[in-house]
Amino acid sequence: MTAVQSRGVARIRAAFDNARAEGRAAFIPFMTAGYPSATEFPALADDLLARADVLEVGLPYSDPLGDGPTIQRASEQALADGTSTRGTIELVRELRTRHDTPIVIMTYVNPIYAVGPREFMRLSQEAGVDGLILPDLPPDQDLEIADLAAEHGLAVTFLIAPTSTPERIKLVAEACTGFLYAVSVTGVTGAREGTALGEVPAMLELARQHTDVPIAVGFGVKDAQTAHEVALLADGVVVGSAFINAVHEGRDVPALAKKLADGCVR
Amino acid sequence: MTLTLPSYPQPDERGRFGRFGGRYVPETLIPALDNLDAAYREAKTDPAFLNELERLLREFVGRPSGLYLAERLTRHAGGAKIYLKREDQNYTGAHKINNCLAQALLAKRMGKRRVIAETGAGQHGVASATAAALLGLDCVVYMGVEDMRRQELNVFRMRLLGAEVIPVTSGTSTLKDATNEAIRDWVTNVRDTFYILGSVVGPHPYPAMVRDFQSVIGEETKWQLGELEGREVPDVIIACVGGGSNAIGIFAPYAYLPEGQRPRLIGTEAAGEGVDTGRHAASVAGGRIGVLHGAMMYLLHDHEGQITPPHSISAGLDYPGIGPEHCLYSETGVAEYVPVTDAQALEGLQLLTRLEGIIPALESAHAIYHAVQLAPSMSPDQIIVVNLSGRGDKDVAEVMRLLAKVEDAPGNAERQEVRA
Repeated sequence: MTAVQSRGVARIRAAFDNARAEGRAAFIPFMTAGYPSATEFPALADDLLARADVLEVGLPYSDPLGDGPTIQRASEQALADGTSTRGTIELVRELRTRHDTPIVIMTYVNPIYAVGPREFMRLSQEAGVDGLILPDLPPDQDLEIADLAAEHGLAVTFLIAPTSTPERIKLVAEACTGFLYAVSVTGVTGAREGTALGEVPAMLELARQHTDVPIAVGFGVKDAQTAHEVALLADGVVVGSAFINAVHEGRDVPALAKKLADGCVR
Repeated sequence: MTLTLPSYPQPDERGRFGRFGGRYVPETLIPALDNLDAAYREAKTDPAFLNELERLLREFVGRPSGLYLAERLTRHAGGAKIYLKREDQNYTGAHKINNCLAQALLAKRMGKRRVIAETGAGQHGVASATAAALLGLDCVVYMGVEDMRRQELNVFRMRLLGAEVIPVTSGTSTLKDATNEAIRDWVTNVRDTFYILGSVVGPHPYPAMVRDFQSVIGEETKWQLGELEGREVPDVIIACVGGGSNAIGIFAPYAYLPEGQRPRLIGTEAAGEGVDTGRHAASVAGGRIGVLHGAMMYLLHDHEGQITPPHSISAGLDYPGIGPEHCLYSETGVAEYVPVTDAQALEGLQLLTRLEGIIPALESAHAIYHAVQLAPSMSPDQIIVVNLSGRGDKDVAEVMRLLAKVEDAPGNAERQEVRA
């Protein structure tokens, strides 16, 4: 099976294994490529990579259905500043010259189709991208994407949600190669008040019956406390909007990254 | 008469018409789409649901809408007979109410208390708010601020009906962004909310379901034309397409007839200031295949997949994509899609108004214009049916503003003359 030999899969698995060995959940910060500007992004990504087990880079898209207003505004700003699909991949290539940490790209499917799935995978592979997170692609919609990704050494992450039925959880879990992304809430991305993790343990337990890939939980993680709560349940913790908000408000990103990474200690 | 819902070909197991359609949405929504699909299949054959829908369409909407021979327009064009399918006669002023009532009934049947909708021109929002008021459901309508400006009266109408209208300021502040917001709301509140989608777009089962609910337009046309002309099939059917719900409503009952028995089906796309200018909403003529709002379709997007803002004189056609079934019709030649510009639509509007005393919606005016262009090439015993998707009351203020601009332009005075 190609996926097993995949470079991206191996690197992502190693990152999760390493975190686990250190008594942590993997810390997976997210940042929109080209935000707040193409010139400021690399230093920001460096700050996050200093703490990250895996970095999630968002490919800015004009119509992001799964994201809340925070990430949407960041995407609009990045696009207005000229960030492109190929430009995003180039940003990853540049980061790769300084960092060994696995980097995955979060993207909606339309930019992949527009560039051409095979071309997109080829460019990503060459740039050293380790995997993809596809928030608007249920795995049964396009079987070719995952195959092409595997062929190019990329891991693919699909999502499950609290509304997912046991059948859907099985289908999605079996399709994921790098890690599985469990959405903590019924909703879009965004730091929110009072995120309840009530449904998450049952969802994770079900998913673990069908896959041995690590499971990360995201949506709504905003501080060390929520990160810690998630870390006690999951193999990885994804934090996105909280970082965008911090950048937007001019707060200290390295300090926030340290706090959140510390929160991932079990 | 008991209503039956048609059994046109369904999309495949992945929800696709050929390679178009599908379900490109966050996983959170997949179970809700499965539930909707199951509920719709069940309702479709349940006499209780069908009887209630039939009663409402007759008593509340005022169906059947007329099939009207536009004699003065026919004489003006000089050729084929032009009939108008009068969806403008429906209560709330457009075809949108057919689908909204049906979906609101389905929402109620599924035990949902809250419905949400997106709207461009406001007709779908008004129809959703109306259906919600009638059936006692809470209603939230998302509308771009640019459209709220263009359709102030409809905004007031929705609020009067008890709906909450939420202004959308993201992106281009038009229908595409209102649709994004409605989908985000649905992702968040999917457990107790029913999304009344307004066109034959979006994830499966919406395109097929909305088609079925709108096909009453074409089914009526068949028997009405049979009574008036002794034949159910006209030579040409013309309807405007944005997402494409009124067009599919009149096309579908004819689209699956064997080749040779099928009329020419023509969708008029909004060419805005011209397909070459980039300022248009013509997804077939000026777009490429892509994915938006959960479906693969012809789409206006740049070479990197970012959606490019559409433009049309009519807010209702101002959408960057076109329903997946239309895409299949276009690809297989079942229907043709022709671009009609803003200026031509404005001409169509004035023509119908002065010749027939009917002020059409700017959307429908695109179809009127093309009918008048096409009719002279046909013979007087041939028949064109134009789907008059809605009435123009909502557009009057905008048309007044636009015509003032045209009249102010030097050398344009005589273009305003319309002779019968």
